Amino acid sequence: MPSTPPEPAAALAVPRSTELFGWGRTAPTGADLRRPTSATELRRALPDPNPRGLLARGLGRSYGDAAQNSGGRVIETIDVDSFTIHESDPAADHVLVTADAGVSIDRLLHSLVPAGLFVPVTPGTRYVTVGGAIAADIHGKNHHRKGSWCDHVESLRLQIADGSIVEIGPDRDPELYWATAGGMGLTGVILDATFRCPRIGSSRLLVDTDRAPDLDTVVELMATGDADYDYSVAWIDLMATGSSMGRSVLTRGRFATAEEVGGGPRSDPFDYRAGVIASAPPFVPGGLLNGLTVRAFNEVWFRKAPKMRRDELQTIPTFFHPLDMVAGWNRIYGPGGFLQWQFVIPFGTEPILRRIIEDLSAAGCTSFLAVLKAFGAGNASPLSFPAPGWTLALDIPTGVPGLAPLLDRLDDLVVEAGGRIYLAKDSRVRPELVPQMYPRLDEWRSVRERVDPQRRITSDLARRLSL
Amino acid sequence: MRDALGAVQSVLVLGGNSEIALAIVDRLVEGRTRRVVLAVREPDSAQRSVDRLTAVGVDASAIAFDALQPETHAEVLGAVFAEGDIDLVISAFGILGSQPEFDADPMFALRAINANFGGAVTSGLIVADHLRRQGHGTLLMITSIAALRGRADNYVYGSTKAGQDLFAQGLGDALVGSGARVVVVRPGFVHTRMTEGMKPAPFSTTPDKVAEVVVEGLTKGRELIYAPSILRYLFAGLIHAPRLIWRRLGG
Ligand SMILES: Cc1cc2nc3c(=O)[nH]c(=O)nc-3n(C[C@H](O)[C@H](O)[C@H](O)COP(=O)(O)OP(=O)(O)OC[C@H]3O[C@@H](n4cnc5c(N)ncnc54)[C@H](O)[C@@H]3O)c2cc1C
Ligand SMILES: NC(=O)c1ccc[n+]([C@@H]2O[C@H](COP(=O)([O-])OP(=O)(O)OC[C@H]3O[C@@H](n4cnc5c(N)ncnc54)[C@H](OP(=O)(O)O)[C@@H]3O)[C@@H](O)[C@H]2O)c1
Repeated sequence: MPSTPPEPAAALAVPRSTELFGWGRTAPTGADLRRPTSATELRRALPDPNPRGLLARGLGRSYGDAAQNSGGRVIETIDVDSFTIHESDPAADHVLVTADAGVSIDRLLHSLVPAGLFVPVTPGTRYVTVGGAIAADIHGKNHHRKGSWCDHVESLRLQIADGSIVEIGPDRDPELYWATAGGMGLTGVILDATFRCPRIGSSRLLVDTDRAPDLDTVVELMATGDADYDYSVAWIDLMATGSSMGRSVLTRGRFATAEEVGGGPRSDPFDYRAGVIASAPPFVPGGLLNGLTVRAFNEVWFRKAPKMRRDELQTIPTFFHPLDMVAGWNRIYGPGGFLQWQFVIPFGTEPILRRIIEDLSAAGCTSFLAVLKAFGAGNASPLSFPAPGWTLALDIPTGVPGLAPLLDRLDDLVVEAGGRIYLAKDSRVRPELVPQMYPRLDEWRSVRERVDPQRRITSDLARRLSL
Repeated sequence: MRDALGAVQSVLVLGGNSEIALAIVDRLVEGRTRRVVLAVREPDSAQRSVDRLTAVGVDASAIAFDALQPETHAEVLGAVFAEGDIDLVISAFGILGSQPEFDADPMFALRAINANFGGAVTSGLIVADHLRRQGHGTLLMITSIAALRGRADNYVYGSTKAGQDLFAQGLGDALVGSGARVVVVRPGFVHTRMTEGMKPAPFSTTPDKVAEVVVEGLTKGRELIYAPSILRYLFAGLIHAPRLIWRRLGG
């Protein structure tokens, strides 16, 4: 007699699982990873039956666990990536672009730059998606002038937990729009967005470089001179101590005009080539980066920089995305991975900035160059990171002895100064500090409550920090 | 959730009165740990630990758990996980016994097997299933260097720990890709209630020292931890030492 094999107990089956981690390669967690290949398929992901919820993920360039959802579903958006550059009045200083959330800044630039356009904001890597740019409300070297990404969005379409799709923007349900801006993916899945892209005069930048022997000098140079530049950032050597503590190389610039680029063999003023020139080996043993190698690297780098240089022409990749030239550079930190610590503290709290840099230098943690920038005004988003003041970002290998208590102490200084750390970079802050760093957290929570009362959308970051 | 530096927020201890496990917990609460569940045979016996943890702001509780009642494990553990994610499960229960006791009462030997090995397997499989479902979490199994080579004076205990150790190794491999993982801790002689009155073996250590090594290992993402660490190197040699020499060392 034929017998029917027993039905596999669907309810009991553990979903297939893929381990995901952030750019720092720490704390991997397993998730049911889906990679829709069409906008229709992407929209079907919600509403979702998974008891541990759902989360959208872009290119995984957030450092910690923001784009992870342990035991739940993760929707990788990167195969749904069409975009349109809208027709516009040639006299207007920008054009509108509508892009799927999965489109990367890398892809956008390959179309925009030859057309004399740029993205409104670019982070230190072009491998981030439009969805990730909105969810983290990313900032770039032009923050002091142009604000962050979400200041340039006209509208976006968000799929909320119940599966419905809403169109929102600064003037359409601004409450939900600003909760989505910087909301770390927790208000819903961003499907696409329309944002303003500025015109540029060429694909080259005119860059001024100043080498600052210490912290006071670089702070002074930025405080007095940044207003004259569209883009500004300083690389700071955190391993230098004593009288060279805080020594930096400040680079500032603006896009050159076609005339300034001049003629020559590669005379196309909008020529854009962005490639990868090297790749980190797939496996790197721990301990490659240690106090000695990093100190030596930083020393060479500082000495190589010109004391002062004006009007140097640089390409977009050199000026904005130097790290992207080495694919998979995050692997050089070895199997233990690394983290990035980034904070902002208000102008006027420079003594605390000094104290933090002193503590980092004294701890001798093996950190390559850190980035220092003066932010301009923030925006209406309750969870957006940028606020007027000094922001410092540094990468640190997780193996540095005593790192956890050191960063905990520094977090306290940040809170004392009235500052905050950047959630897109975080992988270890104490949850109890988050409401102090983001005093409007409850306001954000009430908007999330409106669109996702059952917390169907969640992430490891949200779990770890009890967002 | 476990953070980038290996700190965990919630801990479940199976054998929640174990001095070694409590020393580990004490270190973890200095970090990020805010929820601790002590699973013990007699919940009242853990009240002092619960009070001590509560006093430092931890959400601590004790629940009834008996390694020798494997049929209850699914329900007992299910209730803990239903309350929220567990980032770290420390499997610490164990019966040491002594060889003369086992010789005199083979049924006691069977109880040691059922607790140390059997209970570790049933609870371990159930914990693993929960960790797999939550997509993260670490099962820390305290085995022993006694698991590494049979010895005349403790081969019943040693073989129960060997079974537990091998189970934990295989389970760790089975969980690869799930986000969950297993860490095996092999202590040497540790001064606790368990070893009270016994003659300390060379390289004997204390619960607090073991805890230090374990927490450091968790931070670094290690899968196998010896406490003290030197035992790793010592046993790399001893395990292959000629039997005659091993017997002499065994005393
Ligand atoms: C080398 C490097 C340099 C960087 N420099 C900067 C910098 O200068 N300035 C700056 O601001 N940041 C910077 N970052 C951080 C990076 O810009 C942000 O983490 C960004 O969010 C990454 O985008 P992603 O597409 O990789 O998103 P992921 O890392 O995949 O996701 C980040 C967050 O966005 C959410 N998300 C992604 N897609 C969607 C969607 N479709 N709908 C809803 N939510 C979504 C995720 O849930 C998650 O919370 C840098 C990162 C690296 C690695
Ligand atoms: N001490 C050492 O030298 C040493 C060396 C290597 C490995 N280990 C291992 O380390 C672990 C912890 O030991 P320890 O040194 O911390 O000793 P301990 O303080 O005596 O802890 C052992 C615990 O096991 C519990 N237990 C015994 N039978 C149980 C059962 N049926 N169900 C539930 N719990 C039970 C006991 O609980 P009660 O409180 O209810 O009695 C006791 O709290 C053990 O697995 C041990 O084998 C110890």
